[in-house]
Amino acid sequence: MFDYEMLKLAWWGLIGVLLIGFALTDGFDIGAVVLMPFIGKNDNERRVIFNTIGPHWEGNQVWLVTAGGALFAAWPLVYAAAFSGFYWAMMLVLFALFFRPVGFDYRSKIEDPRWRRSWDWALFAGSLVPALVFGVAFGNLFIGLPFSYDDTMRSTYSGSFFALLNPFGLLAGVVSVSMLVMHGGSWLMMRTDGELQERARRGLQLSALVYLFCFVAAGFWVSYGMQGYHLSSALDAGAALSPLDKTVDRNNAGWLANYTRYPWTLAAPLAGVLGAVLALLMAQMKRAAPAFLGSAVAITGTILTAGFALFPFIMPSSIDPASSLTVWDATSSRMTLGIMLVAACIFVPVILSYTLWCYWKMWGKVTTKNIDDNQHSVY
Amino acid sequence: MITETVVDLSRLQFAMTAMYHFLFVPLTLGLAFLLAIMESVYVMTGKEVYKDMVKFWGKLFGINFALGVTTGLTLEFQFGTNWAYYSHYVGDIFGAPLAIEGMMAFFLESTFVGMFFFGWDRLSRLQHLGVTWLVAVGTNLSALWILIANAWMQNPVGAEFNYHTMRMELTSFSALILNPVAQVKFVHTVAAGYVTGSVFVLAISSYYLLKKRDMGFARRSFTIAAAFGLASALSVIVLGDESGYELGEVQKVKLASIEAAWETEKPPASFTVVGWPNQKEQRTDYAIRIPYVMGIIATRSLTEPVLGLQDLMDGHRIRIRNGMTAYALLQKLRSGEDTPQNRESFDLVKKDLGYGLLLKKYTPNVTDATEAQIDAATRDTIPTVGIIFWAFRIMVGCGVIMLLVFVWAFWSSARRDAEHKPWLLRLALFSLPLPWIAAQTGWIVAEHGRQPWSIGEILPTYMSASTLSQGDVMGSMVALVVFYTALLVAEMYLMIRFARQGPSSLHTGRYHFEKNAAQAEAGGSGHV
Ligand code: HDD
Ligand code: HEM
Ligand code: HEM
Repeated sequence: MFDYEMLKLAWWGLIGVLLIGFALTDGFDIGAVVLMPFIGKNDNERRVIFNTIGPHWEGNQVWLVTAGGALFAAWPLVYAAAFSGFYWAMMLVLFALFFRPVGFDYRSKIEDPRWRRSWDWALFAGSLVPALVFGVAFGNLFIGLPFSYDDTMRSTYSGSFFALLNPFGLLAGVVSVSMLVMHGGSWLMMRTDGELQERARRGLQLSALVYLFCFVAAGFWVSYGMQGYHLSSALDAGAALSPLDKTVDRNNAGWLANYTRYPWTLAAPLAGVLGAVLALLMAQMKRAAPAFLGSAVAITGTILTAGFALFPFIMPSSIDPASSLTVWDATSSRMTLGIMLVAACIFVPVILSYTLWCYWKMWGKVTTKNIDDNQHSVY
Repeated sequence: MITETVVDLSRLQFAMTAMYHFLFVPLTLGLAFLLAIMESVYVMTGKEVYKDMVKFWGKLFGINFALGVTTGLTLEFQFGTNWAYYSHYVGDIFGAPLAIEGMMAFFLESTFVGMFFFGWDRLSRLQHLGVTWLVAVGTNLSALWILIANAWMQNPVGAEFNYHTMRMELTSFSALILNPVAQVKFVHTVAAGYVTGSVFVLAISSYYLLKKRDMGFARRSFTIAAAFGLASALSVIVLGDESGYELGEVQKVKLASIEAAWETEKPPASFTVVGWPNQKEQRTDYAIRIPYVMGIIATRSLTEPVLGLQDLMDGHRIRIRNGMTAYALLQKLRSGEDTPQNRESFDLVKKDLGYGLLLKKYTPNVTDATEAQIDAATRDTIPTVGIIFWAFRIMVGCGVIMLLVFVWAFWSSARRDAEHKPWLLRLALFSLPLPWIAAQTGWIVAEHGRQPWSIGEILPTYMSASTLSQGDVMGSMVALVVFYTALLVAEMYLMIRFARQGPSSLHTGRYHFEKNAAQAEAGGSGHV
């Protein structure tokens, strides 16, 4: 049906779809919870925020779980090298994520204000930290990571957690957080009313400005201040490859090469900027749904911007560029990619349809009155 | 460099987190079905009390589910963080069921679990019932796919080693999903989940019956749990026996360890009921045996022998030597001597490559192993027999007790006098920990019995770990213990609190504590 090269490309796209799916769905509940301590002034308002995302966050988070599984299945080398290399970053994300299922479910089951306040902070951390760390990790992909393979294909990582917190990594982290907060703000604008909605609107606008500034700054940095990576040997993309089959060098044009070669890819950074501008303007005009559309476009644009720049690299190695993992040599066998593609083509549409049904059924404003009327059956 | 300490710590970490995950999983599996059954009764009869049952047990389900999700995340990360070489080596096969599990099962259960809790006022009765059933189906599908993955580790079929990419690659997807080990594992494990759910509901209902509170509610819960539990306990035992048979086919070492069978007996082999396995001397002290039974369980015949551990180890020694040859050829192939001749010789011995890799622990070069090292590696090819022997007996013991409890409970609830039998109720209440003990020991049999392999006869556990420092693994371990303890405390606190309150926690005004409060108020004795 498909040849191996096409399959490899298709999986680059599918992993992208899963990441974007994660950022679009879990992104708004992460963003909403990061905003929560600032805009939810009392317990009832905070409960309104939790209840707008109550029926959805769990399904949303599965985009992340599935992206992890798909990484394992389609790019096992990336899964292995990234998760073990980013050991402490991953642990940090994991420990932060622990707070979410438990926090959402347990917080409002007990009335004690100290109990609730503790869970509020736990949930805040559980949402902020993953958003930040994922951004930092993505930023570091541009710089390259210190890992290499030995002759049995065992990877060794020689960096530390703190080395990830370099200026560019942190900038990428801020992009990620502000982008999701913007998305969370526009979600809350749609689903709440009154003063809470007004504060969400301001949160959205502030974060959209931060995002725009940092995203553009990161763009300049990548264009003028950073070396990229470049595949310097020809390789047969249709064959079963090992990462060590190639050579890689570094040059100044590196991360812009795809943009020069395929100008249509510039649509991605453009969407990043225009989406945020749209969100900002629509928030000004108090139009919630178009603002949400704007933040969604911005998120999609941002992730694609990074993907297009890096392509075909996934994880460049700074200490042994030949060990770098690319779309062509970090993948599973042809058979696995083929089977997984068929599975994805069947299940992704099914998932999308019942997820939409779920949103449709749960649609509408959540108000403080709803909370008062259902003290014991909602979050 | 990867050291034995790193490997052992990683093993401990995996064992701890997986077993912790499996405190919550079986209850999710079982309660989800019980909720679906209760709600079906509600929709058919229209009686409010069944709706209250769904809501109340659903609350407890939710408290448990949250930790199931939390702890599952750890495992999903852990293959990459702590078992990177493993992930590289078998990700091509192992990753697929995990990814399919996400798409097919996790989305289903997690999306609809939200609807289950938040959808009561927004869905029609039938729609809500459908949602509940979908949650139950989702949890079971999730068990199916993860157990397919796990079964492949026990019995790696449908895959082949590729020396160029230096990993195992899939050759047959249908062999992977139709793996006979996966089938018996799935049915035994989900049935264990149903037993867990039933014991949970039975025990807590018994508590209300003993306290003479909310009798109508408790009686109905008790009856449903007793019936569902009886069927499940029977299945778990029949299917557990099926697992034993399957082991006789594909995992002879594990079976011999369960049995502490050091020497091959003349068929049909006898079954050792209890004894003290002595690993050093390779014999079982103080053994009490029943003739014939083992032969029948493991081979379903009276004439086939059940191989003992000593004979099995003799076979392994030969395979280790073959594995050294395979490793030498592999090195040639990878260093450029990729000739058809070398390839052909490699194909002949590559099924023993894994045995060669067992030597990595003693000499990185494998091919230069001394006799003493080969002997050491051979001794490694069997797990600690005592652990498996006893874990198995504990599991089976719990299973038998639970079966008896369910038989009695079912009999009594059929005759509608369970509430007048305090001994039955007390027994049911105190059975509460049994399914967890059985499930935990069951996993110890399954997983420790697989040692020294992480992928049976292909990849030793020793090689599977990531290249990490001792400090890394130790640090994450400490952090995990701290977090997990805190989470468990919060969970148990809520669980006990709501279980004590019973259906009064729904605030419908119809149940014990609220009625009392209302009466007290009506009686003028003020607020409570
Ligand atoms: C026999 C059943 C079974 C077994 C052996 C495992 N799990 Fe599990 N897992 C479930 C049955 C289950 C479940 C019943 O579907 C859970 C438990 C409670 C829940 O919320 O869903 C779940 C939740 C769960 C989640 C959260 C899903 C979500 O967000 O909805 C993840 C990521 C994993 N598991 C991953 C794993 C991994 C990597 C395992 C292997 C080491 C594993 N589980 C063993
Ligand atoms: C949730 C139920 C499970 C429990 C309670 C469990 C239990 C254990 C235990 C006790 C060990 C340690 C064995 C030893 O070192 O002696 C272990 C190791 C391991 N298990 Fe499981 N296991 C479970 C599910 C799984 C599943 C479903 C998989 C794979 C899909 C898996 C993969 C592993 C791996 C990779 C190791 C580490 C390597 C090793 O020590 O063998 N486990 N598990
Ligand atoms: C009473 C008769 C029982 C028998 C004969 C039996 C048999 C077995 C055997 C042979 C295994 C190892 C399978 C393998 O390693 O592949 C196993 C594993 C297991 N058992 Fe049991 N079992 C019994 C009861 C129970 C009960 C009552 C529970 C829990 C409620 C339980 C839960 C488990 C679990 C969770 C596993 C690990 C998963 C697996 O490997 O299937 N078992 N059992």
